[in-house]
Amino acid sequence: MLKIKDLHVSVQGKEIINGLSLEVNKGEVHAIMGPNGTGKSTLASVIAGNESYEVTQGEISYNGKNLLELSIEDRAREGIFLGFQYPVEIPGVSMTNFMRTALDEIREYRGQEPLSAAAFLKYMKEKKALVEMNAKLNNRSVNEGFSGGEKKKNEIFQMAMLEPKLAILDETDSGLDIDALRIVANGVTKLKSPENATIVITHYQRLLDYIVPDFVHVMYDGKIVKTGDKSLALKLEEKGYDWIKEELKAK
Amino acid sequence: MAKDEHKIIGEVTTTDYKYGFVSDIETDSISKGLNEDIVRLISQKKNEPEWLLQFRLKAYRKWLTMTEPNWAHLKIPAINFQDIIYYAAPKKKKELQSMDEVDPELVDTFNKLGISLEEQKVLSGVAVDAVIDSVSVKTTFSDTLAKKGIIFMSFSEAVQQHPELVKKYLGSVVPIGDNYFAALNSAVFSDGSFCYIPKGVRSPVELSTYFRINAANTGQFERTLIIADEGAYVSYLEGCTAPQRDENQLHAAIVEIIAHKDGEVKYSTVQNWYPGNKEGKGGIFNFVTKRGLCEGNRSKISWTQVETGSAITWKYPSCILKGDNSVGEFYSVAVTNNYQQADTGSKMIHLGKNTKSTIISKGISAGKSHNSYRGLVKVNAKADNARNFSQCDSLLLSDTCGAHTFPYIETSNPTAIVEHEATTSKISDAQLFYCQQRGISPEKSIALIVNGYAKEVLNKLPMEFAVEAQKLLSISLENSVG
Repeated sequence: MLKIKDLHVSVQGKEIINGLSLEVNKGEVHAIMGPNGTGKSTLASVIAGNESYEVTQGEISYNGKNLLELSIEDRAREGIFLGFQYPVEIPGVSMTNFMRTALDEIREYRGQEPLSAAAFLKYMKEKKALVEMNAKLNNRSVNEGFSGGEKKKNEIFQMAMLEPKLAILDETDSGLDIDALRIVANGVTKLKSPENATIVITHYQRLLDYIVPDFVHVMYDGKIVKTGDKSLALKLEEKGYDWIKEELKAK
Repeated sequence: MAKDEHKIIGEVTTTDYKYGFVSDIETDSISKGLNEDIVRLISQKKNEPEWLLQFRLKAYRKWLTMTEPNWAHLKIPAINFQDIIYYAAPKKKKELQSMDEVDPELVDTFNKLGISLEEQKVLSGVAVDAVIDSVSVKTTFSDTLAKKGIIFMSFSEAVQQHPELVKKYLGSVVPIGDNYFAALNSAVFSDGSFCYIPKGVRSPVELSTYFRINAANTGQFERTLIIADEGAYVSYLEGCTAPQRDENQLHAAIVEIIAHKDGEVKYSTVQNWYPGNKEGKGGIFNFVTKRGLCEGNRSKISWTQVETGSAITWKYPSCILKGDNSVGEFYSVAVTNNYQQADTGSKMIHLGKNTKSTIISKGISAGKSHNSYRGLVKVNAKADNARNFSQCDSLLLSDTCGAHTFPYIETSNPTAIVEHEATTSKISDAQLFYCQQRGISPEKSIALIVNGYAKEVLNKLPMEFAVEAQKLLSISLENSVG
């Protein structure tokens, strides 16, 4: 589904990702871990198409298409979803209006008829239940006045609404208490299917107790330096990252 | 209320073609330029009483002694007042045979606004047959209002039919010498609307909502007078969301509102005059004087405006809060794009005790435009416990536009509470990225964010207009992604 080959990314002349390769297939869950400032969030932004980052080398293909040639919105319409680390507030725009606009645009791109108002509201209700969102969401402005936990839950809710093929969750667990963490993780698990894939970017092993990854990658200095299964995450939790740095030095 | 509204809509849509489409209206115009003879001629053509001629002449003589105001944050090209035809009525647009002859850009905008094909034809001057005929609309409408004693007619008709009311109120809120453009209007005004709501009557419909068709041909020097007698209520709607391609470059209108004891007037405007092209060529100069007098105790006047058109806008809908416990409100969204300039805001003059005013102004600037808020809150020495809240927000969509705020506060009473809040923000890349990541195109993302920003004001508009106004904002800002 997603193939990244020898990716190099710069921001204002500074190289943040240098030579990263990654392959994600349908039905898989990948966790990307690593110390701060190693380029995890940059990777997520580049896949989503954020224009502040410059791809200087390498390629990304997504379902056979050259992803780097697609606009931000077309990537979203092709099924890429980014769960933001810091979801932005949009005052005066209700969640209903926001989601309706998004869904209409995506459906139009895919040649589908827009949902009727009634069908849309019913759909929204179902998805809210799935991620245990409270009922007052509809008329609130996008993320405005939301607590940190609510913002993250709102990301999962939007993911449920848009049913992405590839979801990238950028530190969705940071700043969540244990209950919110469980709700977020359950949402992700419920949305998982053999047809879609998830990339989870996280600092902590604890999220992976709920979302069980097929692969765990360690990112360091702008590339993936180690890949393993869930046991790698446990080892990192226990020992930190120093042993990996030493392994790298030894090489 | 809803019943009456339905009745009108029902009758209008089922009425047969009654009066025919009169196409041989004589083009009645006089030569260019302005002098006393022209003023007399206008008055004579309109068969006006002597007092009104004297009103015009006095205004004209006053105007001669005045100079154009230059204090606004506007660059106004020199206007040759002798190069304007001051009387050309009733003006008729060139009639087209089918929609195919209409400027496709105009049709595109009509469609985006969701305006019906029949109405499109009328607005763009295509010959219409057997469709809603504006004369019959008007008759049905007037009958319903007449039963309630509401007078709603063109200004010229009112001069003939209700001279005592016109004489009593004309110039009582905006005196002839109020400002340069008000003096000009008072001397040469062509026509406009007159509205009187008698004691204790609530107007059953939004006045002028169904007059969109007629409104397409409003004159250059419009005059509007609205009176709500004791305990009366009216919601009045001016303008049109449809694009208006008037060839007259200078527009100098006056609107006067009087609200007596417990009377309330809600005045909503959507202004979408031709703003000029993308290079800043052409476009309307819109110099308007709008003022309301809260004459009686507990009276209320509320202005809501959505300004997206005109090359230059100079406009300060104001309230004089004379009655005790009277209330003045001003809600504004002003959008400028390309080379448009707007200097707009409000004046709230507190004279009575316990008077309250609110100003909410949302400026949106794009392209190379300049958008200024200018406001005055004045509390008189006798206005005990006056209260004002002002909020002026500016939203910038490009690095080349300008937003300016000129708030003036003058209080002569220590019990006054006057608050002013102001913010300036830019649509952030983060907001745009967020919307686009959800699959929304950049254009729609901007429309969404801007409408969210202006929501507080749009919510004050009558429902059906609010929907069109939202679309209008999006259209005005097309291609403004900066």
